[in-house]
Amino acid sequence: MSAEGTLAAPTEEAGRIAGSRGRALRRFVRNRGAVAGAIVLIAWSIVALLGVRIAPYDPTELLGMARQPPSAEFWFGTDTLGRDVFSRVLVGSQVSLQLGLISVGLGALPGVALGLLSGYFGGMTDALISRLTDAMLAFPSILLALVIIAALGPDLNNVMIAVGIGTVPLYTRLVRGSVLSVRTLPYVEAARVIGNPTHRIMLRYVLVNCYAPIVVLSTLQVGNAILIGSGLSFLGLGAQPPTPEWGLMSAEGRDVLRRSWWISTLPGAAILSVVVACNLVGDGLRSALDPRMRLDG
Amino acid sequence: MSGYILNRLLQLVPVLVLISLIVFGVMHTLPGDPAELMLQGAEGGAVTPERLAELRHEMGLDDPLVVQYLRFAGSALVGDLGESIRFRTPVSALIAERFRYTMELAMAGLVCALLIGVPLGMIAAIRANGPFDTLAMGIAYVGASMPIYWFGLVLILVFAFNLGWFPAAGAQDWNSLVLPAVTLGFAAAGLISRLVRSSMIEVLQEDYIRTGRAKGLAESVVLWRHGLKNALIPVVTMVGLQFGGLLAGTVVTETVFSRPGIGRLIVSGILTKDYPLVEGCALFLAVIYLLVNLVVDILYAWLDPRIRYGQAA
Repeated sequence: MSAEGTLAAPTEEAGRIAGSRGRALRRFVRNRGAVAGAIVLIAWSIVALLGVRIAPYDPTELLGMARQPPSAEFWFGTDTLGRDVFSRVLVGSQVSLQLGLISVGLGALPGVALGLLSGYFGGMTDALISRLTDAMLAFPSILLALVIIAALGPDLNNVMIAVGIGTVPLYTRLVRGSVLSVRTLPYVEAARVIGNPTHRIMLRYVLVNCYAPIVVLSTLQVGNAILIGSGLSFLGLGAQPPTPEWGLMSAEGRDVLRRSWWISTLPGAAILSVVVACNLVGDGLRSALDPRMRLDG
Repeated sequence: MSGYILNRLLQLVPVLVLISLIVFGVMHTLPGDPAELMLQGAEGGAVTPERLAELRHEMGLDDPLVVQYLRFAGSALVGDLGESIRFRTPVSALIAERFRYTMELAMAGLVCALLIGVPLGMIAAIRANGPFDTLAMGIAYVGASMPIYWFGLVLILVFAFNLGWFPAAGAQDWNSLVLPAVTLGFAAAGLISRLVRSSMIEVLQEDYIRTGRAKGLAESVVLWRHGLKNALIPVVTMVGLQFGGLLAGTVVTETVFSRPGIGRLIVSGILTKDYPLVEGCALFLAVIYLLVNLVVDILYAWLDPRIRYGQAA
């Protein structure tokens, strides 16, 4: 009898979650900022997917006209080597979005796993993982990225690895906290009582209910990763020429800033639009998924 | 209070050990042999095995990792961070030369962040949900989402090249500090203003604010003395965390404004494969960051006694 009662619980739970998802979606759609952010992100994603196919010129082609100001022919002007800045900004979205998504993925997978282990098992596992997390958080993330790039060498892939490693402790701390609050709930107890193996409880019952803060953190982190990554490329430590990367493009126009402002500033404006959009969507998701949810808790 | 400080100091020890392990571990265990990279950089490609072995021996890279770590940590403890390969001078001397500039920039950045962030957040809170609130939070939002280097370039373009108010580069006088400080502080100002706003809105609903108004205090006294003072308590911790961000942000800002400093030193170290320089600077900045956070924690405990009692319990 009690077993039947417990078995029925997950179905009710599923229904409740589906209902709350519908409400969350409605709350998200009512948030004008979040919707605007989502539209900008979708637009950039389409641009990134189409890439060179919609760019008016080849992003690496030397057009023979260096430092042309913005005009009807070259919307964003041309750079010091005579390449079309607008085409480079469009194609550059591929690099930046990839950088954001891949580095967040690289950070989220081990981060979530460690947080899950730490929160679920507690004891020595928790103590060890938590101390390591604290030490990594005590280290400014850009500094950690710099040290890793120093070891691996300046390169875009290494930037993704470096930024990814820097985000691991954020996920670990977040997931650990969520797991601690979920793991003693009755439905998890029930799952344990009816004899589910540990890994199944962790993945199907505990992790699934920590998804909201993970989604929010990931959205915000994509923007953050793009910021750090483009900063590193600006310093010459990330993407290397002739890659059309937004940070690198800003660096390439730096010496001629006075007379050819468009080379440096327009790619930076593209980054700003993507990062603002990520933050708007992230904040919108946060208040839609749980109005009381706090990432810093 | 002294017990609390001692406790926090003791907690610092394992974190310091772990940080030194992270810096050392990353530099020495990841693929990429410093000696080989150095030879490739310095002697143009032709790396003979004999020369490599010789240099590895010279740099102590053929010792077991544990020995290497102990040597690294032991010397770091007495302030010896090794010798820079490119400059042929002790890393600690290079840091000492430039530390002033980096600290100057980070402090000025913090002052800018507070000067912009606190009033912005406060006015937004007083006029919550009005048009000014929307505008202020919009500015804060954009500030926190901007690439630092881009904002620096825009400021140079407008205030150095077009208006000619400030120099575009260098570190000669206070004038040359203004643009870098605003560049660095603006992102932090965004976060600070959002925090001040939410904290202030909460404080303004407290009973003692209503009491203040009811007993006829001037609105400015209510807002400044009773409102802002209490609203600033969470901001103090935030400032500590932000300072780490500011220190890290100097890396980019110093490059944009061609200012001397530890950040630029690290970047040049990475580009020239000067491993001891990168290791030393990273360790130094991390320690400074920890110490600043320690001071902030102590300040916080002093401001709000509940914290130190909470720790003791």
